[in-house]
Amino acid sequence: MANQEIIFAGFGGQGILSMGKFLAYAGLEENLNVSWFPSYGPEMRGGTSNCSVILSDEPVGSPLVVDATTVVVMNRPSLDKFESHVVKGGLLIIDSDLVNREPERTDIEIIKIPAQKIAEEVGSKKIANMVLLGALVEKTKIVKMESLLKALKEHGKEQFYELNKKALERGAEFAR
Amino acid sequence: MYEAAHGRAPAVATGIKRAVPDSVVFTYQGDGDLAAIGTAEIVHAAARGERITTIFVNNAIYGMTGGQMAPTTLPGQVTETSPYGRDVKTAGYPIRVSEMISTLDGAVYVERVSVDSVPNIIKAKKAIKKAFEIQLQGLGFSLVEVLSICPTNWGLSPNESVKWLRDNMIPYYPLGVKKDATTGEVK
Amino acid sequence: MADKVLMKGNEAIGEAAIHAGCQCFFGYPITPQTEVAAYMSRRMPKVGRVFLQAESEVAAINMVYGAAGAGVRVMTSSSSPGISLKAEGISYIAGAELPCVIINIVRGGPGLGGIQPAQSDYFQATKGGGHGDYRLVVFAPASVQEMVDLVQDAFDVADKYRNPVMVMGDGMLGQMMEPVEFKERPKKELPEKTWAANGLKGREKHNVINSLFLKPEELEAHNNKLQEKYREIEKNEVRYELYNCDEEMDLVIVSYGTLSRICKNAIKMLKKEGINVGLIRPITLWPYPVEAFDKVIDKTKNGFISVEMSCGQMLEDVQLAVNGRKPVHFYGRSGGMVPTPAEIANKIKGIVGGAK
Ligand SMILES: Cc1ncc(C[n+]2csc(CCOP(=O)(O)OP(=O)(O)O)c2C)c(N)n1
Repeated sequence: MANQEIIFAGFGGQGILSMGKFLAYAGLEENLNVSWFPSYGPEMRGGTSNCSVILSDEPVGSPLVVDATTVVVMNRPSLDKFESHVVKGGLLIIDSDLVNREPERTDIEIIKIPAQKIAEEVGSKKIANMVLLGALVEKTKIVKMESLLKALKEHGKEQFYELNKKALERGAEFAR
Repeated sequence: MYEAAHGRAPAVATGIKRAVPDSVVFTYQGDGDLAAIGTAEIVHAAARGERITTIFVNNAIYGMTGGQMAPTTLPGQVTETSPYGRDVKTAGYPIRVSEMISTLDGAVYVERVSVDSVPNIIKAKKAIKKAFEIQLQGLGFSLVEVLSICPTNWGLSPNESVKWLRDNMIPYYPLGVKKDATTGEVK
Repeated sequence: MADKVLMKGNEAIGEAAIHAGCQCFFGYPITPQTEVAAYMSRRMPKVGRVFLQAESEVAAINMVYGAAGAGVRVMTSSSSPGISLKAEGISYIAGAELPCVIINIVRGGPGLGGIQPAQSDYFQATKGGGHGDYRLVVFAPASVQEMVDLVQDAFDVADKYRNPVMVMGDGMLGQMMEPVEFKERPKKELPEKTWAANGLKGREKHNVINSLFLKPEELEAHNNKLQEKYREIEKNEVRYELYNCDEEMDLVIVSYGTLSRICKNAIKMLKKEGINVGLIRPITLWPYPVEAFDKVIDKTKNGFISVEMSCGQMLEDVQLAVNGRKPVHFYGRSGGMVPTPAEIANKIKGIVGGAK
């Protein structure tokens, strides 16, 4: 793995920013160079939310991801905005419970996950972000699942750890 | 519509009103804006008796920037920059703007209203109408302070916010006419 | 990397200041730097120091003036419109020769502008901003780690020269998280603050903090003394990075802050196409690293290009440094538009004439 540049996008409140943070912490755990850069300002509140995460062997250049190796979207506006940002041969992960259109790209790999449904089965729709993150890690092998779990343990809320873990595993299973 | 620099709306409004005296001019200001950075401008516009109207929206917090302490933040209230609750020993006391402005001779009409219930909204509407009438009559400066909610930055639901306003803000910021020079009423 | 932690730029600024012994912080909310104040409001009381949210940036910088004059380490933080309001105070602080640290997490201007990353306060930072013949030392970090290091250095440089130091970054730097390490720092030998107005302390006379000199002879003498100090800073404090500048180059980019990292990406892209481009990254914007240009000027075929998130502000300093010896080009975006590596690479291809 040389350089993974990821965009997470959705509505505020879906856990978009924390998804990115946990991945960045996991990268740090593996001694990678990492950066996490959120959208900011009043637009965040209630509106769309996204963040750029980079994990790399080399020093990180721009923290703002434009050409993404992976894009994760949790709503339709995010798909509209970021579908074109996936590099050729890259990966697009879609929460198919929330996005009501088919992606147009044919030159990339696409995973459609009913993340809301899976999350609900695990215990709460609130952890749909973790389902998607699990799929991302499984598919890209960008970090080891242990590192991600360690990041969750150290930086997440303790009472959600088991639930989050399950959600990650279900997401990974789906992508396998 | 002009967009003024943070806190400077009363000065901008003064410029407009002096340049075009028959225009109807009002400022729309938050509590951070009016009672912190813009204190000098509002006090002097009122003291000069500028024939303008100020609608002052008091939600006890800086909303736009994401929930920091405002001059109107209540003692003990937790905000992003008063994470342990506003400590009056270091952060001082809330400013009651309407009462303060009422002490100035140039201020003709000052009322504090709230938008937490239908009757109060009707009262607020009346107060704002009256404030503009005073401007139209050329009598001087008028200000209506509107207590309002900020669910996002208070971290409460809209319903909880209305309750919080009633239970906490109204006791600290009593509603009513603070000054009406047209009737000679000063409270 | 066990001792590295992930931190948001704005929070790292606060922690770095605490590490540097910052005793007082005076702030005011403004996007995209509000997290500095929020962080300080949480941390400063815990370490027994002072956090105060001022009623305005004007008040905040004058609180800084007060605390700096009393001899304590003090910092304030803001973003572009707020720095404009601080300009008066900064001029007084420079005139009275007081040390302090000022953070500017720049957003797009002029006026209320926007809140996205920009570099359009370059003139304001390096050429005055406030009135009078004064200079501000300006650090421009490119990463959160460098920000942590430079904020700490800023306190030392401020104390050493009794001069305000600004640390300037764009909104990206303030908002992004990167791993940082708070390294053990050797203690600097710094002059004692015998000038501080903090009580008589056995002195014969009261210390006076002042920038008023009504007699022209006295003001000129004061200005000359300041200028001498500025020459000294120019001699000692210039910092820059040269990247990929060892061999013959088709062109040299000049760029600072986070944008310089985007330029490095562009350089890597161009290398694959056989175009060799170097980078001068000024770390001090004032004093400007003129000597960096002298080092590379004979190795660049097509001269230099100033790449900015502003409309040609640093370009003027590049032109002064090059002084007509080689062509100077320009590429800039503004308003919060962040150039992409491909965009910069394309512009450069246009100048050097495509792949070799
Ligand atoms: C000189 C300057 N400093 C700071 C800001 C950032 N800022 C924008 S709005 C605002 C205050 C918001 O609070 P308030 O006036 O109470 O209005 P609200 O958003 O709560 O309605 C601040 C500090 C600015 N725009 N200009």
